Amino acid sequence: MSVAIADDLRAAHVDYLLRLGDSALILGQRLSEWCGHAPVLEEDLALANVALDLIGQARLLLSHAGVLEGHGRDEDQLAFLRAEREFRNVTMVELPNGDFARTVLRNFLFTAFQREVMTGLQGSADAALAAITVKSLKETRYNLEHAAGWVVRLGDGTDESHARIQRAVDELWPYTEEWFAPDAGDEALAGAGIALCWSNTRGAWTDAVTPVLEAATLVIPAGTAFRSTGRLGVHGEHLGPLLSEMQVLQRTYPGATW
Amino acid sequence: MDRREWPLWEVFIRSRNGLDHKHCGSLHAPDARLALQSARDVYTRRQEGTSIWVVRAEHIVASDPDAKAELFDPAADKIYRHPTFYVLPDDVNHM
Repeated sequence: MSVAIADDLRAAHVDYLLRLGDSALILGQRLSEWCGHAPVLEEDLALANVALDLIGQARLLLSHAGVLEGHGRDEDQLAFLRAEREFRNVTMVELPNGDFARTVLRNFLFTAFQREVMTGLQGSADAALAAITVKSLKETRYNLEHAAGWVVRLGDGTDESHARIQRAVDELWPYTEEWFAPDAGDEALAGAGIALCWSNTRGAWTDAVTPVLEAATLVIPAGTAFRSTGRLGVHGEHLGPLLSEMQVLQRTYPGATW
Repeated sequence: MDRREWPLWEVFIRSRNGLDHKHCGSLHAPDARLALQSARDVYTRRQEGTSIWVVRAEHIVASDPDAKAELFDPAADKIYRHPTFYVLPDDVNHM
């Protein structure tokens, strides 16, 4: 590979890592909002555990992205000093938690997607990325199992729980389309053996989530033309307030440590 | 709002292979699958375990605390039940 092509790929490579890392970070931040507020103590701890897993994954991915980027930015600078348009998380993870049903349904849909992507990345030519995914996959498998259990429990539960999680399916499902849209950067990286195209995971992801939704007696809504664009840096109205809370300390006291 | 509690489960953790499962606490869960997951999330966050058992608390048959006197006191003066009167050969250690 010539140096010029390698340089061209680098930007896409950094972007790819940021998409994964930012999605984990923002979902981790959202889930941590449940800390102290979950319906029962057991689930409070479970959600906090998932949030910590996600933030741990984000740390590894952002650190790696910072090194690759070559501007001397570490995980903290990437997490706490970037502006909204520089975040590459998918839009679904920045949406407010809503009720418990919506929270676990989002965890289910997104974690199933994470699992498919990470499974494909274990053989990446980027050895650091491969190592990160091998470690993260164990956490992801458990988190998926936990979320899937709740989806069935609520969907196949009472009239109230079924109605709430069906509403969550109707609201969140359109945001899954973004994950599978074709992407030129993904294709270039896939050609170099570094990454896999997210769009190639649609089949496996659908096969993974459909039986669970069926067991939960939930109806998958018809497709729409809506496409969210968070991974391109164009976000909805909810990311800004989330970032201002997440970043307030480093913005107020730059470089603060403890 | 329905305030019925989820059933209570007792949690037993084996900290290392070769050791016994030990009772470490309890939790509420609506079914066995979630009871195991919650046990993992609540009681093994700091690498406390390699194996988990959960059992519905109502399935544990316990001795009557008021019957302590007749159940356990009679063993107190039967020291011949302890294997302390044997003379061990010097080569047998760690008994």
